[in-house]
Amino acid sequence: MKIRLDHVVKTFETFRAVRDVSLTIESGELVALLGPSGSGKTTILRMVAGLEYADGGHIYFGDQDATDIPVRDRGVGFVFQHYALFPHMTVAENIAFGMKVSKVKREKAAIDARVAELLRLVRLEGLGDRFPAQISGGQRQRVALARALAVDPKVLLLDEPFGALDANVRRDLRRWLREIHSELGITTLFVTHDQEEALDLADRVVILKDGHIVQQGTPEEVCRDPQSSFVMKFLGDANVIAAEVRDGKAYASGAAIEVSGLADGKAELYARPADLDWSLQGPGIPASITRVLDRPDGRRVLATAETGEHLEFDVEPERTVKAGDGGFVTLRRAKVFAIG
Amino acid sequence: MSTVVKGRKPPRVGDQPLFRRALIGIVLVLVALIILAPLVIIGVEAFAKGWAVYRDTIVHPDTRHAIMLTVLAALIAVPVNTAFGIAAAWAITKFDFRGKRFLLVVIEIPFSVSPIVAGVAYLFVYGLQGIFGPVLDAYGIKILFAIPGIILASMFVTAPFVARELIPLMQAQGRDLEEAATSLGASGWRTFLSVTLPNVKWALLYGVVLCNARVMGEFGAVSVVSGNIRGQTNTLPLHIELLYHDYQATGAFASASILALIAVFTIIAKVALERQGAGRVRSDPLAAANPAEKAS
Repeated sequence: MKIRLDHVVKTFETFRAVRDVSLTIESGELVALLGPSGSGKTTILRMVAGLEYADGGHIYFGDQDATDIPVRDRGVGFVFQHYALFPHMTVAENIAFGMKVSKVKREKAAIDARVAELLRLVRLEGLGDRFPAQISGGQRQRVALARALAVDPKVLLLDEPFGALDANVRRDLRRWLREIHSELGITTLFVTHDQEEALDLADRVVILKDGHIVQQGTPEEVCRDPQSSFVMKFLGDANVIAAEVRDGKAYASGAAIEVSGLADGKAELYARPADLDWSLQGPGIPASITRVLDRPDGRRVLATAETGEHLEFDVEPERTVKAGDGGFVTLRRAKVFAIG
Repeated sequence: MSTVVKGRKPPRVGDQPLFRRALIGIVLVLVALIILAPLVIIGVEAFAKGWAVYRDTIVHPDTRHAIMLTVLAALIAVPVNTAFGIAAAWAITKFDFRGKRFLLVVIEIPFSVSPIVAGVAYLFVYGLQGIFGPVLDAYGIKILFAIPGIILASMFVTAPFVARELIPLMQAQGRDLEEAATSLGASGWRTFLSVTLPNVKWALLYGVVLCNARVMGEFGAVSVVSGNIRGQTNTLPLHIELLYHDYQATGAFASASILALIAVFTIIAKVALERQGAGRVRSDPLAAANPAEKAS
């Protein structure tokens, strides 16, 4: 089902959590709300669920204005960050809960069959009789998902779904959630502060800051074309180098790069570690290496420019560099943003 | 006794054997003098003149009436305060509203006010010289020096018990479970019955047991509002005091033994409930609900 937020506003006491957010999620889309803490992403999710009411604006489910429909009747599946499984019920009872309390009466046999089907879907066959305290975190998260899916929600909402899990489980669950989404095709909105998670999983990423949407687009669009220094910094490691724009070119100490559409004046040049390289001859930014960090897939070099800026970049594993070496940092590509 | 392996652990204050034994000895002597001796005296004195006298005291109409009245007060005050306590804890922990802190303070008042002050306050509200006294009297409604007054005073004194047990636990459990239940389509009532209540049942029972013990043992407030009319408005604690002032030590101790017995049962129930995880807040609501099970 298509979800549309129209100029939604939410204030808690004096804190303006969500300021005029308009957003459309197409039917069947998997969308990530990405932002640092306090950016309003969870509040938006809770308003879509009906767990929080908007102070202003409207939320539409399809063509229906859902702004004032209480959570109970809104038909959403919500997966909580800390699972919120009912601790006194078994896994199977947890999954069956929504069907049992539903206004639509179901036969016990039908409920049991659906529970078995969902246990199969989340690959937890045989664990139906366990209590939540007896299964692992990753398994609990899958039970929470099965429980949310049991009521055939119009939209699936996940609040930091993998936040409380360790890195490996997280990666597995991410792939698995993507598979489930392709299998069921249910409109899904999830919240995360982990850019890697958002980029891995989502069809479209919505980046939030201080209650505003600052950019949205496919992972490719937001990665290749960040529209602000905030998005650039938030999506991954970035080197910041002071620069000056003159006649369509940005000049840093010893390096220059073509830019378009920027007025002359002071600017900042942003470059990913992979956008920089190391060379013994100029031209480039004169620098000396302070440390080399060895990683399985390459070498990360920490260097200090003559101007005092700290730079980080990656070189191939074969490169022989060591602390104390002097040389030049060269620019493969960079983004330039005007200051202010 | 010495299980400390010398040389392995750094010495702590009071670790020397002599010092330790002295401390333990002092504690044991004090416990014997202050806690055990009075209980033993109750038992001994109650049966000082034999089983027959003990039985006569218990079956005496005044004693029986006092017991009945105490039970009646408990039968009314405990359920009412339980319902109130659950409602208050539910409201305070699961909702945000204006005056929430004020409500918390109000719930605490009976704990901070001396029961006798509460009793006197009731005199001024419902007494003949009080605010509502004349009006009530005109309609022939008797609150003071009658059973309603006793029940009201008991309820006032024990109002916080259930709420105080539930609020910290329910606060620690948060609202996620209720939100999950509602998002799955459960009504408020259904959520309360099948999600909230099962997760606080031991703490609730614990609060009820403590509340009951206090209602049955309450003396100060009830003493002021009951008027101490023998065979009419005397509860068990008041009856004990009357017997004692009448120089019927054996009778007083015999009646007291009933209260002591209730206390013993309360302690047993309390320990049993604490084993189930009531009476303390766990940081992990899952563990609080399934204390026997460990997360894998």
